[in-house]
Amino acid sequence: MAISLGFHIIYSCIGMVMPLFMAVSHYKWIKTGDRVYKNITQAWSKGVAIFFATGAVSGTILSFELGLLWPKFMEHAGPIFGMPFSLEGVAFFVEAIALGFFLYGWNRFNKWFHWFTGVLVGVSGVISGILVVSANSWMNSPSGFDYINGQYTNIDPIKAMFNSSWFSEALHMTLAAFMATGFAVAGIHALMIARKRNIKFHTKAFKIAIVFGAIAAILQPFSGDISAKNAAKKQPAKLAAMESYFHTQPYSPLVIGGIPDTAAKKVNYGIEIPGLLSLLVNDNFKQPVNALDKIPVQNQPPIAVTHIAFEIMIAIGSVMMLIGILYFIALWKKKSWLVKKWFLYLFILSTPFGFIAVEAGWTVTEVGRQPWIIQGVMRTSEAVTPMPGIHYSFYLFTVVYFTLSVAVIFLLSRQIKMVSKLYSH
Amino acid sequence: MLYIVIFFLFLAIVLYFLLGGADFGAGIIELFTSEDNKSRTRHTSYQAIGPVWEANHMWLIIAVVVMFVGFPVIYADMCTYLHIPLLIMLLGITARGTAFAFRNYDAIKGKKTQSFYNRIFVYSSFITPLFLGIIAGSAISRQIDLQATDFLSAYIYGWFNLFSISVGLFTVALSGYLAAIYLIGEANDDKDVHRFIRKAKLMNVLAVIFGGFVFLTAGLEKVRLAYFIFGNPISLIAVITASISLVILWIMINKGKRKIIRVFAAYQITMILLAVGYMHFPYFIMTKDGQNLSLLTLHAPTKTIDALGWGLFIGSFIILPSLFYLYYSFQKKDEII
Repeated sequence: MAISLGFHIIYSCIGMVMPLFMAVSHYKWIKTGDRVYKNITQAWSKGVAIFFATGAVSGTILSFELGLLWPKFMEHAGPIFGMPFSLEGVAFFVEAIALGFFLYGWNRFNKWFHWFTGVLVGVSGVISGILVVSANSWMNSPSGFDYINGQYTNIDPIKAMFNSSWFSEALHMTLAAFMATGFAVAGIHALMIARKRNIKFHTKAFKIAIVFGAIAAILQPFSGDISAKNAAKKQPAKLAAMESYFHTQPYSPLVIGGIPDTAAKKVNYGIEIPGLLSLLVNDNFKQPVNALDKIPVQNQPPIAVTHIAFEIMIAIGSVMMLIGILYFIALWKKKSWLVKKWFLYLFILSTPFGFIAVEAGWTVTEVGRQPWIIQGVMRTSEAVTPMPGIHYSFYLFTVVYFTLSVAVIFLLSRQIKMVSKLYSH
Repeated sequence: MLYIVIFFLFLAIVLYFLLGGADFGAGIIELFTSEDNKSRTRHTSYQAIGPVWEANHMWLIIAVVVMFVGFPVIYADMCTYLHIPLLIMLLGITARGTAFAFRNYDAIKGKKTQSFYNRIFVYSSFITPLFLGIIAGSAISRQIDLQATDFLSAYIYGWFNLFSISVGLFTVALSGYLAAIYLIGEANDDKDVHRFIRKAKLMNVLAVIFGGFVFLTAGLEKVRLAYFIFGNPISLIAVITASISLVILWIMINKGKRKIIRVFAAYQITMILLAVGYMHFPYFIMTKDGQNLSLLTLHAPTKTIDALGWGLFIGSFIILPSLFYLYYSFQKKDEII
């Protein structure tokens, strides 16, 4: 399941953000009449079609997988946190319809209607994403029901949907999707510019993608701060594991880097900044933040994995933010940088960064919630299917996703290779 | 509100059988087409289903979501006891959807790669409705054993039985039939029209044969299908009018009416599903020990059902008109081109 989601998160990030890039370039084509923009729109729309098809089937697999692997979880949680899923079904449907119009609608409809269907693909994609994340955030901060003597009563699906984490998680994930996709797309186009292929085409494409990516990268730390404060309230164990923070103390320190030693309850090779964690969580240096020693051992998540994944996410996020700022400096003050080799290579190098950070962040939120599948209510081990030999299904899903990913990469590389032939006019 | 949710559940299932079925059918028709004509069939079906196939498959997602939000206990049992056929169906859906998209969006149309995509497409178009039918058959076969203690009777015999497999084959034939009828209206010249009419005939005959198997195996495995269908007036009327419409359909084809026949074909399938659905309602899954899973008792709490019902109701105001406009827009292509 985790692996399926790990793949799905990439398809869906691209599937929800790419259409918006496409719509921007489509808008420019309608406004300026510059054919290059039309070519970019069409080239990207093929990418969108590939990712949508893959994202749609992998989404179908996932919606079944929830039941196939976690029937006990779905039996109880379905009615509570199902609301965003049913709305997501609607949004996804709209996306599929709009995509049908867009892909096959060239020269067939009013140009603004056609453009609008493209925008609709993106907007409903982003809405779907937010809804799904809201379902996930419910697992982190369950609400909208009472759990009394093992029974789920007073179910309120609307309250569950707007649980206390939905906003912070949805914001964080949406920005992450823009960051990751923006940098990935920009990186590929930067590579083509560096190789001096269809420079005009790739330069324009690069610009649209990186503007989205860079703005999201600059905004992301603020959303991260909201998320961390929320985690401190709802999932102190997760926050403590993220920071590898073992002993509750005033002037709680923030640990940067390092390898946690869970046996000795300390972090080796890390840099401690006293008071910073208190500041981030409580807005003052002194007030202590609860550490792992306040949490019973059987309720603690795997600390090393959570901490290291968190560090990776933060490190990459910071680098991306700096690159984003650098891009705007270049755009406004140092135009000459834009064509420099080192500048392009910076972006080529950061192509996968966003997605590595997304995967790391996903690891933090999922591993950091363990041993719970519903924070504080149901353990993951209680939710798994009773069917024996379930690991075979698990292997199968892994193989399927792996194959899909290889196929998608293969097709995209063929699309990119053919840019000069398909869009030479 | 519960009835509205149930209505949407059946609507989604029926539409998935019709639209998704016709989609799978296009692949089945391709499978049964001689090498020389394959690329023509492929071209016609691409024109016909290209813009709409993604939307067609959304009905399955809607059905699944309604199941797990509205009827979580039934969904959980279904996923547990029909784990294996569901898994195979999912593999089929994945392989088919991606192969269809990939063969159109592979920038280099190499001979080898294209024939590879085609092969995946046609075989998965066959396997998916087969297992879809097997799952549907299992739901009413009374072979699912909730008390089972050993692996085979819990996870295999529930669906691996003659009756379920007959329903699976029946579904395959019906899908092919739907697609052939649909493609008759999309064909580009008279030669293709005749080809698709022949296919429709073949599929019709197959459907009758496999339909016979369904009743035969129902008798063998003591699924009281005939008794149920002919025992209540609504199912009986549904079956009779479906048979009449089949006759009208063939008269229409001979008269050269190429588009209206779709309505009749869709009517027949809907009536079959209605007959079966009505006779089992409110039970969704019939089990071995007679503890049938009922939609009227095993639903989610009222508040959830209310929210779900409203969501579906409002959503349908967005989806149905735009979906209709999508079909309408791409129907007009003959006039434009």
